[in-house]
Amino acid sequence: MNHPVVIVGASMGGLRTAESLRRFGYLGPITIIGEEAHKPYNRPPLSKEVLANEVTHEAVAFEERAATADVNWVLGTRAVSVDQEHNTVTDSSGMVHPYSALVIATGLRPKRLNLANGDLAGRHALRTLDDAINLRAELTPGADVVIVGGGFIGCEVAATAAKLGCDVTVIHHSAHPMLRPLGTELARQMQLRHEAEGVRFLLNRSVVGVSGDSRIREVQIDDGSSIKCDVLIEAVGSDSNTEWLESTNIDLSDGVLVDSAMRAISTSGNIIPKVYAIGDVARFANPIFDDVPRRVEHWNIPTETAKRAADVIVAQLSDDEKFESLVQEQFKPVPSFWSDQYDIHLLAFGSLSLSDTVTLVAGDVTGECVFEYHRGDQLVGVCGIGMRSVVQSYRAKFI
Amino acid sequence: MIKVEVDMTKCQHYGQCVFEAPDIFRLNSDDKLEYTAEADDSERANIEAAIDVCPMQAIRIVE
Ligand SMILES: Cc1cc2nc3c(=O)[nH]c(=O)nc-3n(C[C@H](O)[C@H](O)[C@H](O)COP(=O)(O)OP(=O)(O)OC[C@H]3O[C@@H](n4cnc5c(N)ncnc54)[C@H](O)[C@@H]3O)c2cc1C
Ligand code: SF4
Repeated sequence: MNHPVVIVGASMGGLRTAESLRRFGYLGPITIIGEEAHKPYNRPPLSKEVLANEVTHEAVAFEERAATADVNWVLGTRAVSVDQEHNTVTDSSGMVHPYSALVIATGLRPKRLNLANGDLAGRHALRTLDDAINLRAELTPGADVVIVGGGFIGCEVAATAAKLGCDVTVIHHSAHPMLRPLGTELARQMQLRHEAEGVRFLLNRSVVGVSGDSRIREVQIDDGSSIKCDVLIEAVGSDSNTEWLESTNIDLSDGVLVDSAMRAISTSGNIIPKVYAIGDVARFANPIFDDVPRRVEHWNIPTETAKRAADVIVAQLSDDEKFESLVQEQFKPVPSFWSDQYDIHLLAFGSLSLSDTVTLVAGDVTGECVFEYHRGDQLVGVCGIGMRSVVQSYRAKFI
Repeated sequence: MIKVEVDMTKCQHYGQCVFEAPDIFRLNSDDKLEYTAEADDSERANIEAAIDVCPMQAIRIVE
């Protein structure tokens, strides 16, 4: 009997890996180790419906498929180390899991602000269902909510909190929220839309401190002013969950470096056999754009990278002669992204933040519209509000 | 035969499913989703792929 394929991280990426292993014909054992107590669920609703309503795990859980009914779930348990010589993972209960292939799918966690006085109650970050449930309890009408970071998650939470009747202020380090990905024209329009719903922006600003008794009552801004605050939400980016891999020789300089077959790469640039990484934590080059490895925090990437890794793992385990040709194949998934704020539904393909010029190509920025994103003369992305068939038609240009 | 169901209260007409199972899902001229509720068993893999990519997790196979 072969050792199991061990997947660490029980979220979308981990689940899709298990399903894809079965779809590619792997019949052997699969173990999934996950720190959260819940089975995999969909994160995007966490900044939207889950904050607004009494949504349970059941409502956001991914549907379980018959093919993966025999997966060995080890939940509420962290992987703490890997022994590369013996091909084993040790978890936080001390259990040792031998693997035939190891899939790293541990994703990200929110960065936190480094604040003196930082142990005051009322500080939040949003990544897990439990985070969302804790935050929901505090988003009461009239509460002074301060969101640090005007990226997509910060702005989605701002929209949800504003609709719930909170008094919302967003503190952002650049001139418009979502400026880096969206470009000035669309970012400014989104800002106006938020302001029309009562959200205030403090732009080109950052937080320097918090004060209160046992709870946060005030936030200090870098221009010397202070604002009232009952709930502080920190949406200032993410760090990779890779501490448990620190005893390995994997290149962890930003997430887990992998090749086009999702195989982990060592600090000396060699392929590490049997070890793969997928999802938000994986850093890989996408030949659609160039040969620079990057992490991609877009919802379709865990699924795409999981399928790629599973295909390669099945060939590895069956000593299939196609393994060598398979790993040489190009891997160029088209990133796709969406964001819902009020009744605005943004849909994007490609990698907007690589662009240096943004051009309106259809519609009107105050209504339905489509923008093209270029780096030099290369098209790197498209983003639209409405006009779905126009936005859709661009996807083929990246394939 | 497979029965396909899309929860139209969840669907935001993102059309991601269209790329995975073009014979089942399409956007109509108003950019709204239309789909075929009954599909041949040979479509199962495509429909499962469509379920995987649906941002709203609105698609289900009803056995
Ligand atoms: C609030 C929110 C809203 C979002 N909205 C959108 C959206 O609208 N559109 C969009 O395109 N994308 C959105 N995303 C991004 C999308 O959800 C992510 O890209 C996706 O969840 C990544 O999946 P993953 O499986 O790679 O990682 P994750 O979902 O981060 O899963 C990693 C899992 O590994 C576990 N883990 C970590 N360390 C260990 C360890 N040592 N041992 C065991 N388990 C461990 C973690 O607990 C976690 O459950 C959103 C994300 C969030 C948080
Ligand atoms: S992918 Fe989902 S949300 Fe998008 S059109 Fe299809 S069913 Fe609707």
